[in-house]
Amino acid sequence: MDTMRDRFAPVVSRLLDEDPRVAVVLAAIGTDGFAGAARHHPGRVVDVGIREQLLIGAAAGLALTGLRPVVHTFASFLVERPFEQVKLDLGHQDAGAVLVSAAASFDWPAGGYTHMAPGDVALLDTLDGWTVHVPGHPDEAETLLRHAVAAGDDKVYVRLSVQANGQAQPVDGEHFLTVREGRSGVVVAVGPMLDAVLAATEGLDVTVMYATTVRPFDGAALRRATETAGTDVVLVEPYLAGTSTAAANDALADVPHRILGLGVGRRELRRYGQVAEHVAAHGLDARSLRERIGGFLGAAAARV
Amino acid sequence: MTDVTLTHTYTYADLPGLMGLMTGDEKHGPAATSTLDVLWVLYDRVLRVSPESREDPERDRFLLSKGHGPMAYYAVLAAKGFLPVEWLPGFGSYDSPLGHHPDRTLVPGAEIGSGSLGHGLPIAVGTALGLRAQGRDEPRVWALTGDAELDEGSNHEAIAFAGPAGLDRLHTVVVDNASATYARPGGIAARFEAAGWSALTVDGRDHDALYAAFTAPHPGRPHVVVAQVEPKSI
Repeated sequence: MDTMRDRFAPVVSRLLDEDPRVAVVLAAIGTDGFAGAARHHPGRVVDVGIREQLLIGAAAGLALTGLRPVVHTFASFLVERPFEQVKLDLGHQDAGAVLVSAAASFDWPAGGYTHMAPGDVALLDTLDGWTVHVPGHPDEAETLLRHAVAAGDDKVYVRLSVQANGQAQPVDGEHFLTVREGRSGVVVAVGPMLDAVLAATEGLDVTVMYATTVRPFDGAALRRATETAGTDVVLVEPYLAGTSTAAANDALADVPHRILGLGVGRRELRRYGQVAEHVAAHGLDARSLRERIGGFLGAAAARV
Repeated sequence: MTDVTLTHTYTYADLPGLMGLMTGDEKHGPAATSTLDVLWVLYDRVLRVSPESREDPERDRFLLSKGHGPMAYYAVLAAKGFLPVEWLPGFGSYDSPLGHHPDRTLVPGAEIGSGSLGHGLPIAVGTALGLRAQGRDEPRVWALTGDAELDEGSNHEAIAFAGPAGLDRLHTVVVDNASATYARPGGIAARFEAAGWSALTVDGRDHDALYAAFTAPHPGRPHVVVAQVEPKSI
């Protein structure tokens, strides 16, 4: 299967053809995919080199002239390194952009911690007005990229990863989907976590929801799900554990509830290796998830 | 949209009085006025932007990157009719649009909000790129920085990119009040020149010299004017 990132340049190149407002800003990463588009639209494909503060600042300037910048590099260099530019040049200036990251939490484990960004979504959560898409399949990435670019002058983050589910879901850029219905708990799987969550909850009497747009958080959908499945909620996120716990808590503020937030741990592993090894090390493989989800929900969730 | 009606035309001589509405004193030290002459010459003689054209895509853009001590900026914007003189006495108060650092969403005519140093020039680079991408070759983009502001590395990402990228609509004026840390004489212009910019250094209080430097031709290259004023601390 191709990756989400394989779809990125072709999709955005088509958007460059279709919409004269679209501009692409790169910082030496992902430039090959845009070689053709750069020839067709030389002014609207910009590579600023290894300069990530300029990457965001220049995107803001493009936006202030009326363009719709699509900005891409690894998550650690897109959100973390130039965070003040994200906060001020986009947020404070009231300028929109679509930030599209690659490498996610540990897409390149052999690259080590410098190329891991499990905290990207949590960091954006300190800011107002960001839409966050976390696709779980290349087809979904394509759909969500189109939604992101079409979202007026909104600030949108699209988190691409090599981790993916086997099947695409009909995502709409807004709502959670109900994938399975049960009566003894709600498990929300975010993006690439769905396959592992479905395997982990096989035979359990739980509702499984699938979230690819996590900000704004579809609290209404979660709330509806708890009406039949009860208010024990597990969140399984492919980035920092607990990132959406506050959002889920807000959605259920007026009812007694419990929330377990699963995801990538804070502790730096200092390990290389393969993605699957890091998934397991953070307890996000199907077996570990089943143990942790089962332990949290207790006997009631076990189907008779 | 704020309706601004000028009762009379303000001149350079009115600026200390306008600043006095914010500071409570018509006498101002060099730090408060370091940008005053540069701003006046730009708005009075160079920039093609007015209160009426401040939303026009073809306008010149002025980005005040050094947002510290914006009294001179507000005074010039008021003198030129972008904002009402009546706003000035409220400077810094809760209900005032005029903060100790400007906010573009509150100040008519302010292209950017600033305060954190090192943000204006990268945004100016993007503005120049955006205008070029849309075939708007007329508007000129100006960013004002301080010499100490250039200590921030983000500026150097912008400087190093803009020269080789040939952004000839991009201009920077560096108000040099010798406040940088670990500065070397002539270092500012040299760094811009090394990145392929056209560079001129002038007396930041001499209006004709400023005007000549601001309007000097610089085909194919961005242009920097280093405007030297009195040292911040003597």
